[in-house]
Amino acid sequence: MRMAELVMAVCLAIFSAGIMWKSTELPIGWIPGEGPGGGAFSFWLGAGMLVCCIAIIIRWARRRSPPSRSTDPFMSPKALQLFLLGAGSLTVMIGSIHVVGVYIAIPLFLVFYMRIMGKHGWGVTGALAAGMPVATFFFFEIALKITLPKGYTEPAFYPLYDIFL
Amino acid sequence: MEIFQFLADGFLIAFQPLNFALIVFGCTVGLFIGAMPGLGSVNGVAILLPMTFLVPPTSAIIFLGALYYGAMYGGAISSIMLGIPGASTAVATTFDGRPLALQGKADSALVAAATASFVGGTISVALFTAFAPPLAEAALAFGPPEEFALMMLAFATFIGLGGDDIPKTFFSIFIGLVFSAVGLDIVSGDPRLIFFDLPGFYHGINFLVLAIGIYGIGEMLWTIETNKGDVIISQAKISFRRIMRAIGALRHSIRTMLMGSFLGYFVGILPAAGATPGSLMAYGVAKTVSKDPDSYGKGNVDGVVAPEAANNAASTGSMLPMLTLGIPGSPTTAILLGGMVIWGLEPGPMLFVNNTEFVWGLIASLYAANLFALLINLAFIPAFLMVLRMPFTILAPVIFILCIVGGYAPTKDMHDVWLMLIFGVVGYLMRKLDYPLAPGVLAIVLGPLAESSVRQSLIMSHGSFGIFVERPISAVIMAITVVLFVLPIVKLVKRRRAEL
Repeated sequence: MRMAELVMAVCLAIFSAGIMWKSTELPIGWIPGEGPGGGAFSFWLGAGMLVCCIAIIIRWARRRSPPSRSTDPFMSPKALQLFLLGAGSLTVMIGSIHVVGVYIAIPLFLVFYMRIMGKHGWGVTGALAAGMPVATFFFFEIALKITLPKGYTEPAFYPLYDIFL
Repeated sequence: MEIFQFLADGFLIAFQPLNFALIVFGCTVGLFIGAMPGLGSVNGVAILLPMTFLVPPTSAIIFLGALYYGAMYGGAISSIMLGIPGASTAVATTFDGRPLALQGKADSALVAAATASFVGGTISVALFTAFAPPLAEAALAFGPPEEFALMMLAFATFIGLGGDDIPKTFFSIFIGLVFSAVGLDIVSGDPRLIFFDLPGFYHGINFLVLAIGIYGIGEMLWTIETNKGDVIISQAKISFRRIMRAIGALRHSIRTMLMGSFLGYFVGILPAAGATPGSLMAYGVAKTVSKDPDSYGKGNVDGVVAPEAANNAASTGSMLPMLTLGIPGSPTTAILLGGMVIWGLEPGPMLFVNNTEFVWGLIASLYAANLFALLINLAFIPAFLMVLRMPFTILAPVIFILCIVGGYAPTKDMHDVWLMLIFGVVGYLMRKLDYPLAPGVLAIVLGPLAESSVRQSLIMSHGSFGIFVERPISAVIMAITVVLFVLPIVKLVKRRRAEL
């Protein structure tokens, strides 16, 4: 946990410096007749973030914060496995939305999560995997007129649009 | 006495069969739209605005007013039940509402939210009834320096939200403000902070992307780790007796409810402020003046009561500048204003003279909508609690999917869905290291207003920061701000000394 706090603070300090650098693409000083330049707000906020990171590192060195005093591991092997499974399955699902669209990605994700991670029966899993896309389609696309991404499956929805829209 | 006569006439209009049906329908639809992550009153009003052309203008505004109220009530539901703020106005409700739900007290949180919303709404409509025109004039005294001072006051209340690690709290506020600056510069229109030249950054970072990432995905990852992947079913109980007991227990929260109502209303009437700053400030003030501030964020009912009373009060307050001056106080009232223009009405001081039926019909319907929103909300609590009784391994993937659809809906850009995932994962890792995330979410909401007001002020003063202390209203707010900034630091030093 102690090492994780230092690594996080250093990463955030680098990010803060990056914000300051990126902000200089626009003027950061005073422009006569216009006021502060477009990059001034974010530049000084980035500077503030950097100062905070330095303060966090100083507190870490003096063992002031609870994580800097902790001897626990940042993540146990079991926690890491669960984190990777949760975040990994989400990443795969979001990535697959670009290709197969929401209405294929959602049931596949539900089957993986409920059947493999949750060990639920095929009945509950199948009902939710079939019902969720249908409910999503009617609520968002038909009732609220919010079109969701469908990837290469878009043409398959043309008949449904003809019927409901 | 003339006011009471107008109000009585207004009630006759509000309780006409068509208008009464529209109030009930509007409250119900608003409740469900507000409860959906990613959708708020602004979506509901915008989507249903075209339908109002089928009825007379008075009935139309009554319907949209009821929908607005219903959505404000509904926003608390997803905050409490799923830990995902449905709209920016319900962010502060998540801080204590979600911990209460996880402790098996979701019914108490829902009852507190509904009751506080009712009290806040009723007080604000009463204030609206009595003091509409003079308050609207007073709100006009707020220029950019006063608005910036108010934003600073809101940020000062956030310091108290972050716990003892002040550098991490400041970092959280700064990073939220930086994210709010992504997109196009508000003055020159030049692209700013467009990372890796990705086109998705041109439209900025929507607050919902950060909020759903942190509170939806981050929270789920946290829970997965906490329960070690087991199938956990929440012990969400419900009975009539429990609801009555929860209502009875709220007598201890009356002071907080009144504070939230008045604060929310007065912040709400300020042009461009809206319900979000009001609810956030009410939460911050409630925690700052509390005898037990450490219990906030861990499941204190007052942490639900304060923002809920304030956001409903502010939603009424934000209608005041819209009706009396033609200035919208929030995105939702901006759409309502557009509707009024389409219906052939001219918002402004003369509206109260030329269209009394419209104005007083609306005001009376707000009283009625408030009551019906409360009753409908309480009636649906058992149904809402059923969600919590689902096994976690069913609830988690459903919440993940709602997060993704909710993150996509506002901008219809997959870039935002990826960004939401990154915020969720990084937010989860930061949370493990005690970084307070709430101030960051609040900062991204208020950031655009803070930046525009400070830049306008500095242009007005030719670069002098003295403008913030030279104007009386701004100076008073700044003085309170300084006290609120210093207070948590003084408290911390005192506590440290006591421990030594």
